[in-house]
Amino acid sequence: MYVSLDRDRCSGIGICESIAPGYFEIAEDGSLQLLRDDVEPEAITEVEEAVRSCPTLALTLQR
Amino acid sequence: MAPTSSRPRADDSPRRLVIVGASLAGLRAAESARRNGYRGEVVIVGKERHLPYDRPPLSKEFLTDGQPPVFLHSTDALAGELGLRLRLGTAAIALDPDARRLSLDDDTTLTYDRLIVATGAAARRPSGLTDLAGIVTLRTLDDAVLLRSLLVAEARVVIVGAGLIGSELASSAGQLGAHVTLIDGAPVPLVRAVGVDVGRRLSALHAQRGIELICDVQIVAIEGHTRASAVVLSDGLRLPADVVLLSIGAEPVTSWLAGSGVAVNPTDGAIVCDEMLRTSVPAVYAAGDVAEWSNRIVGGQTRQENWSNANEQGAVAGRNAVTAGSPVAYEAVSYFWSDWYGQRIQFVGTADSDDVEFHELSSGHGGFVALYHQEGRLVGAAACNGQRLIMKYRRLIRDGASNDDALATLARSAGAAWERGRVTPAKQSTGSSARPSPAGEHAGRRR
Repeated sequence: MYVSLDRDRCSGIGICESIAPGYFEIAEDGSLQLLRDDVEPEAITEVEEAVRSCPTLALTLQR
Repeated sequence: MAPTSSRPRADDSPRRLVIVGASLAGLRAAESARRNGYRGEVVIVGKERHLPYDRPPLSKEFLTDGQPPVFLHSTDALAGELGLRLRLGTAAIALDPDARRLSLDDDTTLTYDRLIVATGAAARRPSGLTDLAGIVTLRTLDDAVLLRSLLVAEARVVIVGAGLIGSELASSAGQLGAHVTLIDGAPVPLVRAVGVDVGRRLSALHAQRGIELICDVQIVAIEGHTRASAVVLSDGLRLPADVVLLSIGAEPVTSWLAGSGVAVNPTDGAIVCDEMLRTSVPAVYAAGDVAEWSNRIVGGQTRQENWSNANEQGAVAGRNAVTAGSPVAYEAVSYFWSDWYGQRIQFVGTADSDDVEFHELSSGHGGFVALYHQEGRLVGAAACNGQRLIMKYRRLIRDGASNDDALATLARSAGAAWERGRVTPAKQSTGSSARPSPAGEHAGRRR
């Protein structure tokens, strides 16, 4: 499973980082960094929640 | 955070889940019920005629950039993937919990096996105000469409209430070329949301952008025949106005529950829920702006009016309503964000604290982080252009971190950035008990 980021939609609100900090981190300039895009099986639940919780619908999961 | 680690078997007994309220909390409840294996009928009753839409842009990009509304799902996704039946443009007007039946304003009734109330809050209006054209509030998409037509260049706009929404509106109206005056009834705005120190600091942003803020005044009258023409203040000042925008908070929409037996807070009308989001009446749950609940992290009844609460609380209510025997508690560290004048303002946790400590960020635009302490623990954090740090604090607050943990996080982040010459750790500011951060100890280290 892979997570991808639409930078045009993302505004760096950061809810994803609070849910799955191993995958998402807001950088100094306020933009979101994907720390990795391949989702480990044990992290799928939290990454799914992060994707669902994005206020700007900027994250998607692909199998 | 919404717990999602296990997926319990859905209770087979409920046949119909009814959700009153078709905004974020209600939609999240429906999605969560499905995700947790519920296969029965889901009906969402919504007072507005629109498909569920996203509210945060209504005070910002929707006004300034002429963007279309952002709908949360397409009609096809709602009916198809989620299998929801939408009753839009329809309000619930009464609840009979013994018969498990709602009365709707189209003279029909609707029975349920489980009910989730997510009716939100409505913009407050001061009592005794004359109803004149040009006096507006902002809550719904229809409100925003009207407001967009009124906020034109050179319009004289008086915004009553310098809270988060009032401040966003001041920023947007200013950007559109309106002449904006912002007034607030308190000596310092935003105190309930972020406390006095941060409230004062943030409110100073208005003057820096040339928007006048007048505090500690009340509205005595709004003058005008059919249209508002001026606002008269308690200090005698008379402000000519084409638009009077009231942003003095919102009240839970619960008057329709009168006589139903659902317990509400006598002060603000919020539905009183336990930690599992159950109301005082069997089979009835509540979520979102309308609900107060027993929040273990804060240690008391709290009500939150923000996006992340509706998002997370709705999901827990939906899960608990359809899963038998294993309800989960809703435990959340509050989070809200607000954008004014190109500044990103963020807050996590609670402002109810012993002291507040400011740390200036040198990364530009007067950014800062403020840490709120209570009995040696970190309970809240505010940031202006401190996006890099704020979510780390949300997690620390959830985990019951100490002040030292909080400072170490700041130092780690500052240390890493310092090497790039961006952040000055722990420069003292207006905080009531600022102290130096042990930056050197952690400089260069990074999680």
